[in-house]
Amino acid sequence: MYNLIGAGLVVIGAGIGLGQIGGKAMEGIARQPEATGKIQTAMIIVAALLEGLAFGALILGKG
Amino acid sequence: MKIAHKTIKFLLIAAIALFSTVGFASESDKKQDNQNDGGRVNTKEEVDAYIKHHVKDSHDFSLFSYTSDSGERIHVGFPLPVILWTSEGLVTFMSSEFHHNDDGHVIVEKKGLKFAKIHSKIYELDNGASTVSFDADHHATNAHKVLDFSITKSVFGILLIGLLMLFWFSRLAKQYKTKKIPTGFSRVLEPLVLYVRDEIAKPNIGEKNYRKFTGYLMTVFFFIWILNLLGMLPFGFNVTGQIAVTAALAIFTLIVYTFSGNKGYWMHMIWMPGVPYLIRPVLAIIELAGALIIKPFSLLVRLFANITAGHIVVMSLIAIMFTLKETMGVAGATFLSVVLSFLIILIEILVAFLQAYIFTMLSALFIGMAVEEHEEAH
Repeated sequence: MYNLIGAGLVVIGAGIGLGQIGGKAMEGIARQPEATGKIQTAMIIVAALLEGLAFGALILGKG
Repeated sequence: MKIAHKTIKFLLIAAIALFSTVGFASESDKKQDNQNDGGRVNTKEEVDAYIKHHVKDSHDFSLFSYTSDSGERIHVGFPLPVILWTSEGLVTFMSSEFHHNDDGHVIVEKKGLKFAKIHSKIYELDNGASTVSFDADHHATNAHKVLDFSITKSVFGILLIGLLMLFWFSRLAKQYKTKKIPTGFSRVLEPLVLYVRDEIAKPNIGEKNYRKFTGYLMTVFFFIWILNLLGMLPFGFNVTGQIAVTAALAIFTLIVYTFSGNKGYWMHMIWMPGVPYLIRPVLAIIELAGALIIKPFSLLVRLFANITAGHIVVMSLIAIMFTLKETMGVAGATFLSVVLSFLIILIEILVAFLQAYIFTMLSALFIGMAVEEHEEAH
């Protein structure tokens, strides 16, 4: 039970984090459209790292 | 026009070959029903069991099954070879001898040893036992696992894709030697190869060292991508959703970046310059754990979890057809399920590419960290 609540909390945190990453990347692209490629790459890497954390929590929480 | 003609001919031959094999491979067996592998799926529990069964690796291909007019269960699919290493040496037989049973009721006897298949794993029965008995948790009490080197569905998928990639890329390489421009399918591969080299390898590893690692990155990228796409086809491959496969890929990346790390990389990991001496051992522990455990673990879990989650979502949306049949009516539930699963499969095709890209990208990033030149002054 508690592990499921914990996994849920991690997913909420990961959602907030993903929103921050996406939002800031959008802002950056709007300010400097010529740096779109670089910003996207960095955004995907950070999002992937965050996603790995969230999935780890989900798997540990389910087990 | 010539190319279009060739493609149509190829597709026609492929379709004929597929259907004739399916026709030959269909087989029937009379005994068991109401099992989670081949029986009819109606309730939520059965759907759950069916999805769990699908996500796992299995010893045969099953396309579909139905009950014929005379009441027997017809399974359509292909058997695959079972290869076991036991106390009596090598034992091989076809998985069709289990008659699609997955509960350990069908016993196969070879070389005086008895085998049963329970939840897609093959067990050897202990001496003297003739049937498998289970305890309360449905664990077999008088059987043990054997070393299983079978050509399972995942192994078959890996071999297939490996051979296909060998064929495609050696043809592409050969065409660069003889012609100026590649022809045929190689034209599809060329931009992807250039993409991996120019967008993934070069910016992350650096102008100086990228050539050495491009081969590895390209292999990983195409392997994961094609296997992800294969998972979307109706044969039910779930190769990149097997944790063993993703773990092997992550370990390859770990080996590559660990053994190509230069002096600066190891110095910064073990004895970080520029920080107080007391903190250096603490940092070393964190850095070592990060490089040797956390990085490969995040690589393997990300790919495994994404692909498995995708398959579960697609299967669950298809199962809406059965679970909402009473509340929405057959037509409504079918329509909802088809629309939702179609849209999710579109996203899954994107995810298939994205996960291959991210795995390759992070591998390139880790390799880049290991080989970059550090300035000595901090």
